[in-house]
Formats: sequence, structure tokens, C-alpha cells
Amino acid sequence: MSATSATAPPPPGPPRPVPPHGAARPRPAARRGVELCLLVAAVGISVYGYAEVGLARSGAVPKDALAYGGGLGGLALLAHVAVRARARYADPLLLPIAVLLNGLGLVLVYRLDLEPVLGPRAAPAQLVWSSLGVGLFAVAVLALRDHRVLARYTYVSVTAALALLVMPIAFPAVNGARIWIRAAGFSIQPGEFAKVLLAIFFAGYLAANRAALAYAGRPLPVAGRLKGLRRLQLPTGRVLGPVIAVWLASVGVLVLERDLGTSLLFFGLFVVMLYVATGRTGWTAVGLLLAAAGAAAVGETEPHVHARVQDWLHPFASIAAGQGPSQLAQSLFAFGNGGALGTGLGQGSSYLVGFAAKSDFVLATAGEELGLAGLCALLGLYALLVARGFAAALATRDPFGRLLAAGLASILALQVFVVTGGVMDLIPLTGMAMPFLAQGGSSVVANWLIVALLVRISDRARRPEPEQPAPAGTAGPDTPPPAKPRHPESTESPGSTGSSGSTA
Amino acid sequence: MNRCVRHAAAFCFLLLLALLANATRVQLVEAGGHAANPANRRADIALYARPRGDILAGTRTVTGSRPTSGQLRYVRTYADGPLYAPVTGFASQTYGATLLEGTENGLLDGTSPALHEQPLWREITRARQRGGDVHTTIDPAAQQAAYDGLAGRRGAVAALDPATGRILALVSSPSYDPGLLSGAGPSVTAAWKRFNADPEQPMLDRAIRQTYPPGSTFKVVTAAAALAGGEVTDLRAPTDSPDPYRLPGTDVALTNEGPGCRDASVYDAFRYSCNTVFAKLGADLGPQDVVAQAELFGFNDNELRIPPSVAKSNVDTTMSPDQVALSSIGQYDTTATPLQMAMVAAAVGDGGRLMAPYLVDRVTNHAGTTVSETRPHTLHQAVGTRTAAALQQLMEAVVTDGTGTNAAIPGAVVGGKTGTAQHGLANAGTPYAWFLSYAKPPGSSRAAVAVAVVVEDADAVRADISGGGNAAPIARAVMEAVLKEPAAGVSSPAGS
Repeated sequence: MSATSATAPPPPGPPRPVPPHGAARPRPAARRGVELCLLVAAVGISVYGYAEVGLARSGAVPKDALAYGGGLGGLALLAHVAVRARARYADPLLLPIAVLLNGLGLVLVYRLDLEPVLGPRAAPAQLVWSSLGVGLFAVAVLALRDHRVLARYTYVSVTAALALLVMPIAFPAVNGARIWIRAAGFSIQPGEFAKVLLAIFFAGYLAANRAALAYAGRPLPVAGRLKGLRRLQLPTGRVLGPVIAVWLASVGVLVLERDLGTSLLFFGLFVVMLYVATGRTGWTAVGLLLAAAGAAAVGETEPHVHARVQDWLHPFASIAAGQGPSQLAQSLFAFGNGGALGTGLGQGSSYLVGFAAKSDFVLATAGEELGLAGLCALLGLYALLVARGFAAALATRDPFGRLLAAGLASILALQVFVVTGGVMDLIPLTGMAMPFLAQGGSSVVANWLIVALLVRISDRARRPEPEQPAPAGTAGPDTPPPAKPRHPESTESPGSTGSSGSTA
Repeated sequence: MNRCVRHAAAFCFLLLLALLANATRVQLVEAGGHAANPANRRADIALYARPRGDILAGTRTVTGSRPTSGQLRYVRTYADGPLYAPVTGFASQTYGATLLEGTENGLLDGTSPALHEQPLWREITRARQRGGDVHTTIDPAAQQAAYDGLAGRRGAVAALDPATGRILALVSSPSYDPGLLSGAGPSVTAAWKRFNADPEQPMLDRAIRQTYPPGSTFKVVTAAAALAGGEVTDLRAPTDSPDPYRLPGTDVALTNEGPGCRDASVYDAFRYSCNTVFAKLGADLGPQDVVAQAELFGFNDNELRIPPSVAKSNVDTTMSPDQVALSSIGQYDTTATPLQMAMVAAAVGDGGRLMAPYLVDRVTNHAGTTVSETRPHTLHQAVGTRTAAALQQLMEAVVTDGTGTNAAIPGAVVGGKTGTAQHGLANAGTPYAWFLSYAKPPGSSRAAVAVAVVVEDADAVRADISGGGNAAPIARAVMEAVLKEPAAGVSSPAGS
């Protein structure tokens, strides 16, 4: 699905400008009506799921089903109004998918709240967090007229990200990971916000230094039989240094905090964005090698991580050892019980997974009660979201936006992969929240922020140019022309005053 | 740069494909293995998610289900646990299920395909079938009478309807409350430990799972073999039997409890339970005849299911003459379950035809529709009708003018046989008191009920222990309950 979208032409937007002066282009459709219809469908499906839980558990539709529908509908409407006001040309799929995923997440958390063994209710808080997330989405869409403004905050972002990452070290660990900040009765997971900030930093930095990264380099200092490797050129330390430093710092902090999932996510984000920025496979290889080396080192030295790897290789070892099934084994049991069509909402036994059933393992409930069919549908929604993110990246005319959209889409894709793969024994379990679906306020808010940025970028990408002769070369060719010291697009690099007046 | 964006998108698509392939592996390919994993509690949870079907005795529901707040929602309850424990067994979330709860488990919990009306639709909807109800053949009045008669003494009662093989009562005493084992948790574990450690063995189903030396009650079988083989033609003719009788090939002299057994006729020997006469009869017949006759009555049968399995009642097939002599009076290696001896009495009372005993009359689904029904069938023609008539004469004499007068029921024709079985090292153990009998309702030539009673722990002195004293009143009470003539209370055992 995402491949077709990724290789298909970008959504009907402005065709590539025809030099020297663009003729009058047809005005692209805003597609807000489509979005509204899809939003109604998304809210409807969520309310239907909510009603289904009540019917399965107590034989009656929950009394507050309409209230839930109204609340979710109100949030969706708020977001839609914001988009209609300030991002008329945004991709009409992004917001409905996010609303549907968030709505289904609320249904799943509500359904797990019905199991007393899983502790206190979490759905009300989750609804509050979702409202905050949608509010932040609306504020971001309304306030941020142009995503390129963010490029100015490249270094602010990275400072803030690192600060956020370091913070939890001062707080007590929960279940072996120090990833929470506790304040005033509630806790936030700074790593979730750091991923967005890091994406902004990588995008800004790489967009500014793309040329240098791609070309300014020395051959590898090798001789003799390895001469072939000389083609791999290393950029100067001056260019690469900050990136490596930031990345090492973030990963180092993560090792200290034992948050394997976020660490894996940052690795992946770093490698993907570096590849997209430079187009050098060598970088990717180096990144992957570094990742593998890092993973191996951490896996050997950290008992916590080592145990996770062992559990991944032998998920049923604890049963053989007479200690009962591990969380992962329980998760696999739940998925297996779901089979092709699932048990139906509210009728599974995924509470056997234990305390993490609402957060890390929320997919086990989805897999058991909605079956393989439902799981495929959920993964399809994520794939669609990611694909629209990449489509926005392809349609965007500035390198920063392109890198940022690709980075944000990659974050979603990687996070879905790491979480789903973890709970289904494809990769070691890392303990991250499924975007929009899992219980976890920080995660929901951060993911709404990602959607807001994608909405903004896709709006910019599809918006018709203002009625003035476009400066030549607002859009560079895909492949950088050889030996051009300065890229035309660097007129819009951070720091420059090239803020094109948006005519919203 | 856009080329690289496409590459990145393609990479994400590969990740998605990996997830889908893996999901198919976990949810479809390996699902069966996960479901069968003993550590996966889902099968149990689903099993106990709905009330279990019930077991009924007559119109009485003797089981129930009680919702709990635990993971396994419904727990089995028993209306009158100790009374019906030898019939129902227990259905425990911790220790599994036994007896009817075990053999009919699939029907009671709804997993049996016999209950399903539209299997394919069920497969799609995954709806669980409600459990069916098992209607037993037990007569609550007879069951209660037997239980009250034993009054906590160690022993067992089995009662049959001779014409069909329906089991009317199955009592084991002392009993236990299976409801205490239903759930899970420390109280259940403690009850399990307590029951298993109890020297009284309350969880032993003595009526069908325990074998006892049948003692003198086996003389019915010996007499049947002698009559059927033509060894004895005239019941009143004196036999050539010394008193004491030296077992062939040994120096062991066999004696009798009472006088008047020298050269006694079979009729008198049966009435007074003369060991010497029947031991010699058995020795004269030889092992083949005695064993063949015993097997026609149901001995040496490993396959008997009612549907719970019944312990094998044993007669050795290769014996020396002295062993045959001892076996013929129910000693040596001869052992029988109370149900087996009830079958002997039933075959005699029903004119020689032995019906296969059964406990489940029919099974209905939750809606009350019958899904299966037991049809009575003949197990063996144990003896011919003439032999059966002769045996009836012998047994009825025991009650009218012999060791079993305690079993007499006014207006009904009752035939019986007492037994006292010695056991233990050098016969030092407390003897078992046996009584087996049948009763014909007034004006009927066929028996309506056959009973076997064994009482283990008669605390009285040896001389007082006789089937007539301890066991016959219990048999009478059960027979009266079946004949619908309520007894005026079980009379206290009188010495015979």
C-alpha cells in the first residue's frame, strides 16, 4: 500500500514548475469535504467499537456511548476547523486516520478498564490527554503558518531534546526503565517529545549541510587490497561531528535509562534521514554497522537488554522453567487466540498479559479481539498514515520540509514496527507505546504533534503558488547536480530571511 | 533526494510486510500450538465462562454452578455433595473431574460435538455451546435410604433395576463433599490434602472402585454353577459333605460358623451358609465351571463402563482344587465390587438375564432436547430360567427362614444372601458384612430391585458380624424405597 503511494505521483498538487515562468495553473482542490466525511466515518467506527464492548460485556450499549461519540466528534471537529482555517490544502487523509486510531485506542483502553486485575481506570485520563493532543494539534496548525520557521530552531530543538532525555535520570526507575518525569501527580515521558525535536534538528541540520555531507570528503585512508573502499568518502569531521555527537549523546542517555525502544527508534531515524539527505548508501551501511555494534555491545553488557534478547529467542523458556508464561508468551497466546477473525471486542482474555496490557501490549488485545483481520486493518491505517507522510515529503518543494516529513513518517513507521514486532516476537521486546493506540499521555500528545507537522507540510506542498512569478529554482531537481557548490535551495536554509509570505 | 525518499518509503513498506508475515505466523500458523500450551489458561477460562450443565437424579438437580469474581468464573456446587459424590464425582478447577463429571465432561461443559446443531456456523461465530444436562438413573429415595442406612459406617451400597440394568443407588460411606474441591485456591488444596490423608478414604468410591472378598454371597455363583452344570439336581437332597471339610491336597480343615452342615442339602446349606458344602461343591465342579459361571455374572470384566469405569471383580482362572474350594465360598483371590454382587442378585431376580448396568438415562442439551439416550441391553444370559428359578428358591428361603430374615418386606417377595468375609493376615482384619438381595413387588414374578450392601467397619465382635445383622436392614430400606413403601424408619440391627 505504501509502496504504491510512495512510487505513485504525488497527490494532485501543483505540477513541477515549468521554467522559466509558470503558466496559469489550475487551482488544486482543497478536499476538505472529503476530510469531513472521513472524520464522520472515523468517529462512527470508534463509537461502534465502544458500543460493541458494552454489548459484549453487559448486553447493553454503554450509557455514555453518545457522550463518547460527542466528545470524540467534538475533538475531530475542532481539529478539522483548524485545518480548514489554516491548512486548506492539507492531505485529507492524515487527520481522519489519526482520529480513528486515537478513537480505537480509547475503545481498547476502555475495554481493558473493565478488567479489575489491571488496576485503576485509564480511559478518562487517556481522553483528557487525547484532548490535549488535539488541542496542541489545533494550536500548531493555527500558529505555525510555515513549517520552514522550525528550521530556525535547529539548535534550540537539539538542546531541548537532549535536556528532555537527560531529565528522567533524576527520577526513580519504573519497571527497570528511567523514562518518566513525575511532577504534580502526573508523569510524562520526555522521550516521546524528544523524538519530534530530534527529527526537527536532523532535518534542519542536514538540509543546511547536505552538500557538505554529500561531497566534501576525503577518501578513506586505506591502501593495498582494500583500495576499492576509497570510493567511500568521509565528510569532514567538522560537518559530521555535531550529528554524531548528538546521536551518541542521545543513545548514551538511553543506555543509561534502559530505554531500548527509543534508542532503536533514534538509530533508525538517524540512518534514514542521513540517507535521504545525502543519498549515500555508504552512510546507511556505516549507520547500520554502528547500530549493530551498539546493539551487540548493549546486549552483552546490559543484563536488562540481554534478558529481553533471550526472551525473544526463547519466549516460552519461562514456562519450561516452571515460572509460568512471560508477558511475551502471554501476548503470543493472545494473538494466537485471536486467529483470523478474533474473539470480538470485550470477549478476549488479554488481561492475562498483566500490568502492561494497556500500554506496551495494547496490540495483544487488538490482535485477540479483532483477529488477524483487525490487526491488518490497523497496520494498514498506520501504513496509510506513513505513506501520506512520505507523499507530503515528495510533494514538498523545500529540502527542510522534505527531510522533516520523511523523518516524521519514518518515526511513525519505525515505532509501529518496533512495537508490533516486539509484542509479536519478531524482534526483541523494547517497551514503547503504539502511536495513538496505547495508554500513555505523552505518546498521544507527541503523535498529534507529528500529525500537525505533516498536515502543515502537506498543506504547503499542495498549496498553489502565490500569484507572482516564482523565483527560478524554487524546486531543485531530485538528484543534486554535480559540483555545484551552493544549492539554489540554500536560499531557504535556516537563518536566511527567505520566509515566503504565505497567503492564507 | 526524492529518489531517496522513495527508497525510505519502500523500506518502511518492507517493514510492514515483515509485520504482516509475522502476524500471519503468530495468529494462524502457530495459533494451534499456543492454544494447546498448558501454560495458556484460555481454554480453562472459556470452559468456566459459562455455567456447567447439571446432573440430575430423577427430577432432582444435584449439582449447580455459582459465579465467582475469579478468573475462572463459574464454580461447581453440589446440592447434597456427600450423598451423591459416588455418582457425580467432583469437577474441580484444580484437580480435574472424576466419575460422571469426568466421563460426561464434554457434554456438561458444552464442548462435545454431540450438542452442536450447526457446527460450521459455530466455527465462524465462535459462540460457545451451553452445557447439556445429564439425567441419571438414580432413584433419590433409594440413594437416601442407602446413605442413611450406612450412617457413616465404612461401606457401600449398589442397587439395580434387574429388568433394565438402571442403577438406582450408588452409595459409598464415609463420603466427602465434592463442592469443597470445585474451585481453586488454598482452601481447595487444603481440602484435597485432607481428603487424601484421611485414613477413612472418603474419596474412594467403594460402590464401583473398591473390591472386597465377597465371602458367602459368592455361594450364589457356586450354586448357579452346580445347578447349571447338573452337579445338583435336587435342592433338598442331602449332599456328601463332611464337617469339617479338609481342603483337597492340604491339611487345612474348613469349618462352619453354625451347626447342622454335615451332609446338608443345598437348600439348607444355602439357608445357613455352610462353608463346607459349597467348598466341596466348588472343588467337585473344578475351576472351569466356577470361573465360567462367575464370568457370566460379570466377573473378570475389565471393560465394564457405566460410563465411569468399574473395577474388575476377580476370580482366578487357574487354581488348584483347594483354591477352587476356597474361591467357591468367596475367599482366596475372589474379590467383587458391590455393584458386581448387585448384578448377581439382579440376574437371579430377573430370571437369569443379566442386563448391563448403566447410570446415565439420557443427556439433554440446554434447551431440554434429548441428544442421547441409553438403551438397556443384555450383558449375558447368566443362567437359564430353570436354574434362575431354583436360585430364587434358595435365596427366598434365606429371607423367610435363614440368615437373612432382617430383609423381609411385608407383602413383597424378597430373596437374599448373607455373607461374612474374613480378610487380612490370618484373617485378623475386621470381617466385612455382606448382603445381597432382590425384591419382587406384590403380584409380580420379576424383581423390581436388586441390592448389594457391604459394611466394613462393624465394631462388634466377630460373632455378631454377619450380613444378616449389619447389612440386611440397609438392603431392606433401599428395596422398600424403590418399592415405594416407605419403611417406618430403619430398624436397629438385630443379631442373627
